[in-house]
Amino acid sequence: MEDNNTERMLTGAQILMEILKDEGVDTIFGYPGGAVIDIYDELARTDIRHILVRHEQGAVHAADGYARAKGKTGVCLVTSGPGATNTVTGIASAYMDSIPVVILTGQVPTHLIGNDAFQEVDIVGITRPCTKHNYLVKTAGELAGVLKEAFYLARSGRPGPVLVDIPKDITKAKVPFRMPEEVNLKSYKPTYNPNQRQLQKIAGLITESDSPLIFAGGGVVLSKGSSELTELARKAMIPVTTSLMGLGAFPASDPLWLGMIGMHGTYQANMSVGACDLLIAIGVRFDDRVTGKTDSFAPNAKIIHIDIDPTSIRKTISVSVPVVGDCRISLDHLNRMLDQNEFINIHHKREKWLNRISEWKRSNPLSYQQGEIIKPQYVIDSLFKLTKGQAVITTEVGQNQMWAAQYYHFDRPGHFITSGGLGCMGFGLPAAIGAQVACPDKLVVDIAGDGSIQMNSQELATAVQYSLPVKIVILNNRYLGMVRQWQELFYDKRYSFTEMEHAPDFVRLAEAYGAVGLRATKPEEVIPVLTEGLSSDKTVVMDFMVEREESVYPMVPAGAPITEMLLV
Amino acid sequence: MAEEKHVLTMLVDNKPGVLSRVVSLFSGRGFNIDSLCVAETIDPLISRITVVTSASALEMEQIEKQLNKLINVIKLRTVSGPKSVQREMALIYVMARNGQRSEILRIVDIFRGKIIDVGQEHFIIEVTGTEEKISAIINLLKPMGIKKLARTGTVALFR
Repeated sequence: MEDNNTERMLTGAQILMEILKDEGVDTIFGYPGGAVIDIYDELARTDIRHILVRHEQGAVHAADGYARAKGKTGVCLVTSGPGATNTVTGIASAYMDSIPVVILTGQVPTHLIGNDAFQEVDIVGITRPCTKHNYLVKTAGELAGVLKEAFYLARSGRPGPVLVDIPKDITKAKVPFRMPEEVNLKSYKPTYNPNQRQLQKIAGLITESDSPLIFAGGGVVLSKGSSELTELARKAMIPVTTSLMGLGAFPASDPLWLGMIGMHGTYQANMSVGACDLLIAIGVRFDDRVTGKTDSFAPNAKIIHIDIDPTSIRKTISVSVPVVGDCRISLDHLNRMLDQNEFINIHHKREKWLNRISEWKRSNPLSYQQGEIIKPQYVIDSLFKLTKGQAVITTEVGQNQMWAAQYYHFDRPGHFITSGGLGCMGFGLPAAIGAQVACPDKLVVDIAGDGSIQMNSQELATAVQYSLPVKIVILNNRYLGMVRQWQELFYDKRYSFTEMEHAPDFVRLAEAYGAVGLRATKPEEVIPVLTEGLSSDKTVVMDFMVEREESVYPMVPAGAPITEMLLV
Repeated sequence: MAEEKHVLTMLVDNKPGVLSRVVSLFSGRGFNIDSLCVAETIDPLISRITVVTSASALEMEQIEKQLNKLINVIKLRTVSGPKSVQREMALIYVMARNGQRSEILRIVDIFRGKIIDVGQEHFIIEVTGTEEKISAIINLLKPMGIKKLARTGTVALFR
């Protein structure tokens, strides 16, 4: 037996530290409180970095942003009761986007559970439907095993948030500790290796197809399968679109790139779905924002669906060839199966299909006209050019998110961090903080709206406290822009409560927090403000007063076929 | 798509909260539960849950996949066909006045039920069988006046 694994007497809090170290955790996002005070006491004696957020929702979003930017599990630590309930939105967002996060919540002592004790809440009950799994630790003896399981579940298979609720007396109790053996759950065995016969079928279909299309999603990013995806697309000359979550999985600078699919997808991407004869869907779950009317989705295509989660397959769209497996491994096997000789004359074979796509691209490109008032698209466009596409971008939710997806182009995964499934306003700033902690040398920019930035603007204090030079770009139209857009288009311009008649002066707000505040009110100020803001080594808020009633186009009305787009 | 009845039987970890995970999966995703039975198996660490649900084929596929995804579900099967046995039990409190008592006894006899409580004006009948059989005896006893009824829901096993 190794020296470091002989049995020792440790407190629950010490056991937690041992497991965190064993799991390679270097950073925790958290907020102290009565139920976790013993954990915090122990935490201060370790090398683990603790980032004190200003609201527990921010802790989960930051851990989420950290996980995505770094490609490893994020961890947050909060107290019982309100500390725990404040994490719910963050957990739900991580769950929808399959992000590995471990949430440690304090709980009242075991003898008080069920007594309506001070700061008691059944957080395991509350988060059951929005976690991959969760635990209430009942005895100090089981703590180590539960924690190891939690980390294993969070990162393996289809990743997701796992919550561990730890009563206060368990953090104090001293019990014999030995590092648990490898986790082995008889009821949980994710399928990583795809069925080879199904892959053979896919190889055959790809070889035969005249007008194939790849539709990739967050699963490719999570499985780190971007280079395998790129290899497949280039080898068989297949154009590629992705979901919002898949942006960066395929280089946007590649001629085969079509842009994003869906409600605010590009014209060429959505039209290609309507016309392709083979749709290769990888690591996606066919969200309603992608498919529009499901009956008319890819009507002429055989659909291949590769995903690690069997529940994603045939949930909304019936498919010809389902494959359960890890996206990267499946793509790798598929690439090896495809015979290079079959694709010698591929340029000739694809000419007609790619010409058709080019025609769509030419007829209705993403566009805007910069006039007297700043266009939000121009801000993103300029940001992209000034940063040469190298920044890590986080977003809030709504128009800002869609313009970011359309006008910032990503060549690599892990650089676009957004709340895709839950669509959670207030995500961007704390996520940017997490991403900046994960990647101290990268430029991290939160693209925000004036509405959503106010949902977690308190995290400016966190950014300043830890000298995190995140940049916040506010597209300020003094509206809840996306809802306003729907009201304009589908509710006869009845702008019911979407006008933000009052908002703080964001420049002074930034300064009040000790950050830098800048503002652009005219188009010619956009580039100078961006240049000054981006070159600062401080936390910077840039407030862009944009065209108030600008809308995001193309747009597919909810429930319509995705080929029926409103174009400007 | 046409809905059909399905019997699902699953082995789960015998831990607090597991039943809640299974049940809230049904409610959260809009699936039906027609009946539900839960009890420990021969292994005290494992429980068996039997659920009867009405669902289309596509829904059924999702239900099975979603249940399998739950970390505490160890094994799941859909019970159907001649290789399976399915039973439920009912306790029926039926009014039994003079003139009807012999008729009730005859019905109980035909259904191989048992009288487990006798009063001046009532019987409590215990009967086990398939869901159809239980429904049949209930229908026959209805005219006599069923005052109270407790049905267990289906339990099922493969042979």
